[in-house]
Amino acid sequence: MSTIKLPETVDQVVVNLLRLANTKLPMDIGWALEAAAGWETGEIASTQLGAIMENVKKAEHLGFPMCQDTGIPVFYVRGRFDSSIGKQIAEGVRRATEEIPLRPNTVDPITRENQGTNLGPGMPIVHYMPTDDPFTEITVLPKGAGSENMTRLAMLNPADGIEGVKRFVIDSVLNAGGRPCPPSIVGVGIGGTSDVCAAMAKEALLVPIDEENPDKALASLEEELFMKLNESGLGPMGLGGQTTVLGVRIKKACCHTASLPVCVNIGCWATRRASARISEDGVKYSQGVRF
Amino acid sequence: MYLYGPVITGRDEMHIRALELAHEGKDVPGEIRGSAIFHCGPIMRKTENGWSVVAAGPTTSARMNKLEAEFIERFGIRAVIGKGGMSPEVAEAMKENGCVYLAATGGAAISLAEGLARCTGVEWEDLGMAEAMWKFQTQRFGPLIVAIDTEGNSLYDKVNESLKRRIACGTRHPRPAGRGR
Repeated sequence: MSTIKLPETVDQVVVNLLRLANTKLPMDIGWALEAAAGWETGEIASTQLGAIMENVKKAEHLGFPMCQDTGIPVFYVRGRFDSSIGKQIAEGVRRATEEIPLRPNTVDPITRENQGTNLGPGMPIVHYMPTDDPFTEITVLPKGAGSENMTRLAMLNPADGIEGVKRFVIDSVLNAGGRPCPPSIVGVGIGGTSDVCAAMAKEALLVPIDEENPDKALASLEEELFMKLNESGLGPMGLGGQTTVLGVRIKKACCHTASLPVCVNIGCWATRRASARISEDGVKYSQGVRF
Repeated sequence: MYLYGPVITGRDEMHIRALELAHEGKDVPGEIRGSAIFHCGPIMRKTENGWSVVAAGPTTSARMNKLEAEFIERFGIRAVIGKGGMSPEVAEAMKENGCVYLAATGGAAISLAEGLARCTGVEWEDLGMAEAMWKFQTQRFGPLIVAIDTEGNSLYDKVNESLKRRIACGTRHPRPAGRGR
């Protein structure tokens, strides 16, 4: 098995990905916002949705980040790659921080020192999944802190059942209130171990919200949570209204017979994502590739 | 509503530093007193004539809950601009000091940056771009919603009290028939 000869350097692809993700909202989310603006009747809620959509248009037009919190760069790498890819991704992050520009967000957790590069120990975060596919796929999910700080993990008892899962998801979203910038996208992980559960909840945000979940049970759970959350009245920015979430995405993995882990990772309305598939034919970009 | 006039930015670190200096009896930048403070860590770009703002939406105000009541009281803050609302203690301090909380649309960073018409300076740049205190002259900055008024009435509390937290009843684990634990 040979590695892929890349037509463009990985750091350039990463700069392109970060620019695409930060300046252009994925289409599925844009459509969901437009639909929401159509059904919202409250004056404050409509003002918020109007301000969001106007901002999205301006950001795309100007080529500037739609939100000042350009997040923590989280990457997913799939396909064929060698061990140098991590360094190249880091170089792409450093360049993008200067060139786009991105806000330097990463600090030392103890000293709070900011190196200004969005790099440092542990950064950027890269999840690797090697496969035999004839391409290298890089996905970026810039994750802002407003929504990331609302992440909640529960190691429920199996006896709590699906009802317990629903209760936990609804409480997590409603207790977060306006802090994660609703209307949000709710990523849920069910099962696995605590770490896998948290990873699934975040990865769920990569799944386009207009895509049907192939797992019928999860699809119906997504639908039910979507309805219940939008009936809650929390509304855009937590200021009241009918649009609290734009979508609910759930992933599952098997878990210990004595466990029922659930994790909720909220994506703000500006859930930014972009993927690049690099093959011998060139580089293809997309904003809706599943990992 | 829209805001016209001077605004300063401040997040966690800016609040901490200003209060620390005040506790030590030292001076703080004059712009803080009687100001409208925007919970925001903008993306700024250095230009020939100083600084220009690229993107500047509100950050989560609740992170400053423990600092804001004293900050309002000590520096006579007139307006706090942010997102997500603040604690009852802060609302109480607003009531006592004639301060309002203005909700800006989270993530609307380009539109809001347009309202921050001119950057008039920066203090405490060593805190980093996001945490430094940026000073702006605004021009039609908004839209903003008065979410906590000078009587301490909070729109967030009102929404929170009326939230429907229902979940469907009678749902249990779907178990395959004949399989016990």
